[in-house]
Amino acid sequence: MSILDSKIPEGPLADKWTNHKNTINLVNPANKRNIDIIVVGTGLAGGSAAASLAELGYNVKTFCYQDSPRRAHSIAAQGGINAAKNYQGDGDSDYRLFYDTVKGGDYRSREANVYRLAEVSGNIIDQCVAQGVPFAREYGGLLDNRSFGGVLVSRTFYAKGQTGQQLLLGAYSAMNRQINRGKIQAFNRHEMLDLVKVDGKARGIIARNLVTGEIERHSAHAVVLASGGYGNVFFLSTNAMGSNVMAAWRAHRRGAFFANPCYTQIHPTCIPVSGDHQSKLTLMSESLRNDGRIWVPKRKEDVEAIRAGKLKPTQLSEEERDYYLERRYPAFGNLVPRDVASRAAKERCDAGFGVNKTGEAVYLDFASAIQRYGKEKALTSGMHNPSAAEITKLGEEVIESKYGNLFQMYEKIVDANPYKTPMMIYPAVHYTMGGLWVDYNLQTTIPGCYAAGEANFSDHGANRLGASALMQGLADGYFVLPYTIGDYLSQDIRTGKIPTDTPEFDQAEKEVKDRIEKLMNGSGEHSVDYYHKKLGKIMWNKCGMSRNEKELKEAIEEIAVLREDFWKNVKVPGTINSMNPELEKAGRVADFLELGELFAKDALHRNESCGGHFREESVEQSGEQKGEALRDDKNFKYVAAWEYKGEPKDAELHKEDLVFENIELKTRSYK
Amino acid sequence: MNLTLKIWRQSDANSKGKLVDYNISGVEGDMSFLEMLDVLNEDLINKGEEPVVFDHDCREGICGACSLQINGEPHGPDRLITTCQLHMRKFNDGDTIYIEPFRAKAFPVVKDLMVDRSSFERIQQAGGYISVNTSGNTQDANAIPIRKEDADEAMDAATCIGCGACVAACKNASAMLFTSAKVSQFALLPQGQVEATERVLAMVNQMDEEGFGNCTNTGACEIECPKGISLENIARMNREYLKASMKG
Repeated sequence: MSILDSKIPEGPLADKWTNHKNTINLVNPANKRNIDIIVVGTGLAGGSAAASLAELGYNVKTFCYQDSPRRAHSIAAQGGINAAKNYQGDGDSDYRLFYDTVKGGDYRSREANVYRLAEVSGNIIDQCVAQGVPFAREYGGLLDNRSFGGVLVSRTFYAKGQTGQQLLLGAYSAMNRQINRGKIQAFNRHEMLDLVKVDGKARGIIARNLVTGEIERHSAHAVVLASGGYGNVFFLSTNAMGSNVMAAWRAHRRGAFFANPCYTQIHPTCIPVSGDHQSKLTLMSESLRNDGRIWVPKRKEDVEAIRAGKLKPTQLSEEERDYYLERRYPAFGNLVPRDVASRAAKERCDAGFGVNKTGEAVYLDFASAIQRYGKEKALTSGMHNPSAAEITKLGEEVIESKYGNLFQMYEKIVDANPYKTPMMIYPAVHYTMGGLWVDYNLQTTIPGCYAAGEANFSDHGANRLGASALMQGLADGYFVLPYTIGDYLSQDIRTGKIPTDTPEFDQAEKEVKDRIEKLMNGSGEHSVDYYHKKLGKIMWNKCGMSRNEKELKEAIEEIAVLREDFWKNVKVPGTINSMNPELEKAGRVADFLELGELFAKDALHRNESCGGHFREESVEQSGEQKGEALRDDKNFKYVAAWEYKGEPKDAELHKEDLVFENIELKTRSYK
Repeated sequence: MNLTLKIWRQSDANSKGKLVDYNISGVEGDMSFLEMLDVLNEDLINKGEEPVVFDHDCREGICGACSLQINGEPHGPDRLITTCQLHMRKFNDGDTIYIEPFRAKAFPVVKDLMVDRSSFERIQQAGGYISVNTSGNTQDANAIPIRKEDADEAMDAATCIGCGACVAACKNASAMLFTSAKVSQFALLPQGQVEATERVLAMVNQMDEEGFGNCTNTGACEIECPKGISLENIARMNREYLKASMKG
């Protein structure tokens, strides 16, 4: 029944990528000069793809809504990037990275894609170092590593708490080199509003110049969508304010299947919501769980006293604290994967142990790490009989060198000093594993339309491991797309420039303009944010960390009603032909209002718990795993790829069966 | 708290702008400065007025999009943070706050508080990179050990977010701190040595062409920089520039 062909190459797992590269078609350098490629989004995936494709000789146009490619939200990734270098000699290998990623994704990702990711991971580090990315180093001058959740090795490379920034600036510098050579034309402050298809193939986009409001036509032989994830469907998330699903959703409406929309990552360590005015949430890197211990008080009385401000967390003794991750998951402790850590925090808070006024916060405590590092440092610096104060001071210095910028960020936002009192954290929407369905070549179901990075669905299954988003973005852009896109473009060497004065472009532009007109002509009852916040509440309450049939059905109905109301009554001030941020937001929220419904529909149909998708109907009933998520491989071992059929409720499901030849499917245990 | 805001309104690059007064009430200390502006904008929209346009995106101090000259200081009164991380607890009930765009010839106003910083782009494009292709065959990342101190110093320079506060703080509207941060990052790393001469000449040349002013060592840039980029980088760039000029 499936019409999905994943195009996974034949042969043993470890040889697939090499064999594939050796057999696919190439485009000769002279012909590359006659081929145009559009890249939408300039984060790690888009930036690295644009730079690499331009280097190869293609003419590249990049589009981003920000005023510079350097501001794409990859910049905010904090903790690090994984690579199977095994520099620590702790038993790492391509296979282990592959295995950890498939297991971490709860066996809902494609083996061949994930293995390729692991295989090129080492090269990413080489490439970045060659570009001058200043990764953290040890005193011997070699690269340092740290650990992230869900794994038992240290394979994460980092640049303080700003790894995403440094990697993105690396890709940005590679882009700048190509801009300087005239091989990349950068269209900043531009937003893609539609995909243009000619004879079934992606041949261009309609974009809006956000400064002048002008609607522009851009043609190309292929279009790469690297426009990020859709976490902002929840309104509050760790995404940037402008992060949106428009490019991917417009492609979906033009025929690209949307896969696993319900797979969302709720990150366990974010700064809790402080009030109704909140516009976004701030992540505290997972790397903090290397040294921070998560706890809530054991006794309700202590919880009450803390909330009332009568008791300080530092006054509680070890015995009075419940280090619930260490208690429940002794093998992985505080470094369990994100989905597990988030649910455990919710469980404690739902049981009444949340430590702030709203009851939605737990502690992340660095006191023991400060003592441990302080003693170590005192010893190595030859101090005999250091005082307690000296140890604390030295320990705080070590913590500062590792996480200084995160601690500063926390202090500025919360107005509390995390060196002296534990941080308060709570889970928040952070990343979306779902996205446009792509085959092994990263091509969507529209020929010539590719999706890379968070915008596609391919590598993380139902849950992404920490420090793997940066790895995937750069793998797609530097090392996968530049090969696979050539195979497709080899058919286009005689095509010549794609004209934009054709009926297809006319039609697409007309539809875009009509839509903008319609947005401007709402009755003006409520602002865009009003609708976005309402949508976010529905999503968080009914499609959030735990989901059930009843609420998902309610969500589907409520979102449909909200969408109708939005189109009738939204208020967009200003004009079409000028800078108009409210109009930009309106277009994005309109798409979220469709995606949100498909999200709920997908979550409803997947009656199993896997990774970040937790269905209350599907939990282990007995044994050691009692209460943990229960996967249903018999009925749900597939990718759910949705085809657009008008309204989200009419979307048609296509299944790509996931075949596991190299990994045995097991219950994911971190105990 | 109740506040009086004096906000710069300007409909586009060619129009004349002016300060307009707004009163806002119900501001809480836990709000960020931009959330306070969100509240104002929601009010304006409901009243049928055009909201105030300002650049912002990540709202966690790293993308470099937000700007704002607040009471005459880039990113406001607090240190080592961007405007999006500035919280209203730094202000008092009854305060009057002046909110203007970053001012510099090389940063023309786009609308209201939003400015055009593409001059920064062109400085980076002139030479802010190491010419290495994506091949998958670069040498192993650990083949060249780098002293931890050098790597750390390069990292400190590399944390520049390109917001432009240094320019807005400088009485000469100089972009020396911004440019020198990139020059320094590469000057401190072995990978950057090969093109060091061309890089510093090209970047400084572009910086001058964009109409940024000269550095007269007042040091305001370092104080206002949300990432604490050190003045030492300017000294290093001057050394690099001198070296490169002598080489020709």
